[in-house]
Amino acid sequence: MSSSWYRDDTAPPPPLAGEGWGEGVSTSDNPQEERTLSRIASDDAMRPPPQAGEVKTARGQMSRVLRAPLLLALALAATPAHAFIAYVSNEKSNTVSVIDTDSWTVTKTIKVGQRPRGIEFTRDGKFVMVAVGDDDTIQVIDVKTQAVMDSLPSGPDPELFAQDAAGKTLYVANENDNTVTVIDLEKRARLGDIQVGVEPEGMTISPDGKTLINTSETTNMAHFIDTTSRQIVANVLVDARPRFAEFKHDSSELWVSSEIGGTVSVIDPRKHEVIGKVTFEIPGLRKEAIQPVGIGMTRDDKTAFVALGPANRIAVVDVATRKVTKYLLVGQRVWHMAFTPDEKYLLTTNGVSNDVSVIDVAAQKVIKTIQVGELPWGITIAP
Amino acid sequence: MIRWLVGLIGWSLAATSALAADPVSIGVGYLGIAGTRSTLSLLEQPAENDGVAGARLAIEDNNTTGKFTGQRFTLEERRIREGEDAVQAATALAEQNGFIIADLPADVLLKVADALRDRGTLLFNAGAIDERLREADCRANVIHTAPTRAMLADALGQYLVWKKWSRWLLVVGSHDEDKLFADALRRTATRFGAKIVQERTFEDKGGARRTDSGVTQIQRQMPVFTQAAPAYDVLVAADESEVFAAYLPYRTWDPRPVAGSAGLVPRSWDASQDQWGAIQMQNRFIKLNSRRMTALDMQAWTAVRMIGEATSRTNSGDVRKVTDFIRGPDFSVAAFKGTRLTLRDWNLQLRQPILLVDGRMVVSVSPQEGFLHQVSELDTLGYDRPESKCKLK
Repeated sequence: MSSSWYRDDTAPPPPLAGEGWGEGVSTSDNPQEERTLSRIASDDAMRPPPQAGEVKTARGQMSRVLRAPLLLALALAATPAHAFIAYVSNEKSNTVSVIDTDSWTVTKTIKVGQRPRGIEFTRDGKFVMVAVGDDDTIQVIDVKTQAVMDSLPSGPDPELFAQDAAGKTLYVANENDNTVTVIDLEKRARLGDIQVGVEPEGMTISPDGKTLINTSETTNMAHFIDTTSRQIVANVLVDARPRFAEFKHDSSELWVSSEIGGTVSVIDPRKHEVIGKVTFEIPGLRKEAIQPVGIGMTRDDKTAFVALGPANRIAVVDVATRKVTKYLLVGQRVWHMAFTPDEKYLLTTNGVSNDVSVIDVAAQKVIKTIQVGELPWGITIAP
Repeated sequence: MIRWLVGLIGWSLAATSALAADPVSIGVGYLGIAGTRSTLSLLEQPAENDGVAGARLAIEDNNTTGKFTGQRFTLEERRIREGEDAVQAATALAEQNGFIIADLPADVLLKVADALRDRGTLLFNAGAIDERLREADCRANVIHTAPTRAMLADALGQYLVWKKWSRWLLVVGSHDEDKLFADALRRTATRFGAKIVQERTFEDKGGARRTDSGVTQIQRQMPVFTQAAPAYDVLVAADESEVFAAYLPYRTWDPRPVAGSAGLVPRSWDASQDQWGAIQMQNRFIKLNSRRMTALDMQAWTAVRMIGEATSRTNSGDVRKVTDFIRGPDFSVAAFKGTRLTLRDWNLQLRQPILLVDGRMVVSVSPQEGFLHQVSELDTLGYDRPESKCKLK
């Protein structure tokens, strides 16, 4: 029995690929987005600079002095090198929010299947794949039409997935039946299953494409799978409930977050050994609230960002020393994150506060919050 | 690169030979009493495999992990019939099993624990909620995954106080365990500043749980029984014996909510719990057992998972090693409650959040926000270290 056991039998079946889902909710129809717009509009950075002579207070004097650099800053902010598009899966509202990183607004809300979580662009940037766990499939959104146009044959309850560098093969973690499903993306066909531990979750592929990593939440392991033979070659025990795995870009380390264990294990992928652990401590916050989930690493492998769930913070970690250098307060129950391709910004999904935080990566500061759908979970940004 | 490849090949060979070796066998026994009790609500009627079904699922989960660690778990169930000697049954079960999950009344559990002490068997109390098993009668070879009455009462009390329903009308059944639960509720009221405005006793005069005449009389009896009470916010019922509490909701003289043994009930687990990844667990349970998962199932599941967690961390099936690890400072287990569960080292009680459920939904989870503790907020539930009378032997 799959999770459909719990579903109302009278509910209409999900429409077939290409049917029905085409109509997205327009921006103005969504009150949440209107709120976003007004929020952004009231933001100081978006206001026109004060006119000369308009301000008479002491603060006004200051702003007049600062006007020139402020204008310059505004000019820079207003003309980014490139505007990017972020797609956010909203677990509860069964939608995907599309964010424009130029205006930092939600430009579209796309209806998808039930319980969307894992979300990723295809390598060519033409499609977005989103795992809709309660419909036991992965839906494919056409970026041009911004509507669901197809679905992929995953196993039951897909949650997270990884694709190879060529964008030809997709590996899906199916939480309900302890398997990883292998899918041929071109033929949209299922190639086979790999048996792993209890509740497979985190998925990533080594930069050389040879090793697939899957973490299993109740078995508490990172499984190393040879992508050619599709056999497990090693199992590394980590702390309780491993949820996410991320390689350093130079392949020298694999980082695995343990939600209940409260740590990130650093694994030597050649020796298959845990060689270190990142630990977290936030004064005034009980230890149980620190639940590491998503991990993001800068391309130079110097800085890692770790989402700490109900601790409502992103930890900034120095990769070399594995020490936390800073905690950034974001929204409530932060799950996952994605960098803009220029690595200027890092966007995080905040499950309980229904928003996305924008972090200025260089300044290590949260600069903006964008309201999205209910219980945002995953995020992907166009390559 | 070449070195890596060579290393990888070498490792694969080593791994293959390790996997080819016989897996370590780890025997787990399940000891319970034959037969089930009667409940007022047909929906609450326990299945014959209540408890052991949870242990069975955990054995499967452990074996999935065991495929990678070279460990194989087995489950042997033994039910004690009336007139049978519990110690004899337990000793026979301990022949093949270093770990025993027990769902036994307190007195029987103590006899069994003492009889198995020299043998080194580790017992998990999955069923008995009696305080004394963790206090004056605590045992060094018994780990408790069942919560205690005080933990359940505190979990409920914290929510009622948070809700500002602080005037309680306490209705207590006439059986011993009802009185014990009432004791726990009184202690909770004192701790968290609730006021018991009046206590009433509901005498059990015997009788069938189900009758053809049905609820006609009850609809008249319950309002009369609860009338003329001093002003109160919530009726709190202590009726572990299933005599009257389930009849109270919607039938009180004053329109007041009911909590305790009916209405809003504190439990370690509920079939409606779907937070923190629990849906996967509920689905696995239903698939294996064709029914929903109860609190007792969860307490047994947690016990067997604790064994699996310790055997995989220590890479050993040795009872002594596993016991030391579980009792040590590094042990914790994940059990779909949003936080890691650890043991109170002074009495071997598992710390755990308690769900407050209404039969259809999880209404809240305690500890409630604002109930603070210097070590773990989970220790705001039940007896804390400084109050403990336990001396582990």
